[in-house]
Amino acid sequence: MVEFGGWDMPVEYSGIVDEHMAVRTRAGVFDVSHMGEIEIAGNDALKVVQHITSNDAGKLADCQIQYSALMTPQGTFVDDVLTYRLAGDHFMLVVNASNIMKDFHWIAERVKEVGGDVAAVNTSSRYALIAVQGPAAKDVLQSLTGVNLSTIKYYWFATGEVANVRVTISRTGYTGEDGFEIFVAPSAAERVWDAILQAGKGAGVIPAGLGARDTLRLEASMRLYGNDMDETTTVIEADLGWIVGWKKESFVGSDVLRQQKAQGTSRKLIGFEMLDRAIARHGYNAYAGGEKAGVVTSGTQTPFLKKAVGMAYLPIDRTAPGAEFEVDIRGRRAKAAVVPMPFYKRQK
Amino acid sequence: MYPGDLKYTKDHEWIRIGGDGPAKVGITDYAQKQLGDVVYLELPQVGRALKKGEVFGTIESVKAVSELYSPVDGEVTEVNSALVQSPESVNTDPHGSWMIAVKVTGGQGDLMDAGAYTELTK
Repeated sequence: MVEFGGWDMPVEYSGIVDEHMAVRTRAGVFDVSHMGEIEIAGNDALKVVQHITSNDAGKLADCQIQYSALMTPQGTFVDDVLTYRLAGDHFMLVVNASNIMKDFHWIAERVKEVGGDVAAVNTSSRYALIAVQGPAAKDVLQSLTGVNLSTIKYYWFATGEVANVRVTISRTGYTGEDGFEIFVAPSAAERVWDAILQAGKGAGVIPAGLGARDTLRLEASMRLYGNDMDETTTVIEADLGWIVGWKKESFVGSDVLRQQKAQGTSRKLIGFEMLDRAIARHGYNAYAGGEKAGVVTSGTQTPFLKKAVGMAYLPIDRTAPGAEFEVDIRGRRAKAAVVPMPFYKRQK
Repeated sequence: MYPGDLKYTKDHEWIRIGGDGPAKVGITDYAQKQLGDVVYLELPQVGRALKKGEVFGTIESVKAVSELYSPVDGEVTEVNSALVQSPESVNTDPHGSWMIAVKVTGGQGDLMDAGAYTELTK
């Protein structure tokens, strides 16, 4: 067990590789109750959400979800979030565990600025969150619920019951596989957890920990807050221009983003693969032309692709696919090359 | 569970010293469990002289990097290149997965036997 954002969490159950492969080939179940929830409600809720998040929440229908960012006025990340439209006047942001209080205070300040009929509430303690991820996830979960899971599209959610417990089921995840995340009252979470593992026994569904969550998300090229972006990196530098609602009016950070979109940035987050036999890890320095050029933000040997891959910030003129650079591996220089992301994309 | 024909260090290496041939060195079952899935192994050149406690290589699991420490003074006479190609064997057969062969010249005095090592890892 490790301490993570104030929670005691298992890094692994049966082993990172075993759990990773289970999610790629069968399914794994993750306890991700550490994730936070902040709800914004009132007649002016949409106005506030549009002001504080990068993406265009005006495009969401009820029960639809989008990936987005809370930004500073400099266009850097306060956090990356999922925005759930619960109703036209009621939104829920799912935020990173380590940022819950920071995000909440940040949002509360912005709510004051915008004013009107709206309130923000930190509802994190009302929800446990269980993720079921992998090709077998749908069939296993379907055996426990009356909700027709086939009707929930990717990045949509529905409410209903799982194992006779009232839940919200969203078709989202952090693994690159098809799967669901289940919001449940903490008092009933164990019942849902046990029911999924029991129902999935025959299909080889196993519990999975933080370790596999990290290797799976990296293999799928999903960014991790605190590693791949933070308050020093902008949404454009993180190459996440697709989560910006360019057609929106002014919002927090929009001036910087529009300027960076027009003029470009001096650096960008790229995916890379090691050419020399070595594993680049978070914090290792990158070199190009003999000079320090950037830093590795995430890196591992991925269990499914069996390749040493990672993400790094590099000067913009070094970011074309195929461009080579070096990583300082504890005093030794090892060659790497920029490759397109995602590293892994599931077959549909 | 720790084989009686091996000696052990507090850094969780084992060494098999026996007969006239060089000694074989690997890491213990305890060490591989702590590391988790081993994916990478870096070993020294043949001919390298080692002091007891000196770093002779690096082992990496998915989640961590760890250094390998020589249990004795000696010289590397062989490295297990097959293990470098499939380092996951360290997880499945830690006490059979030797990493280097060493011609021992000293420093074997304070190695632990299986009983003492079992106590250490309790």
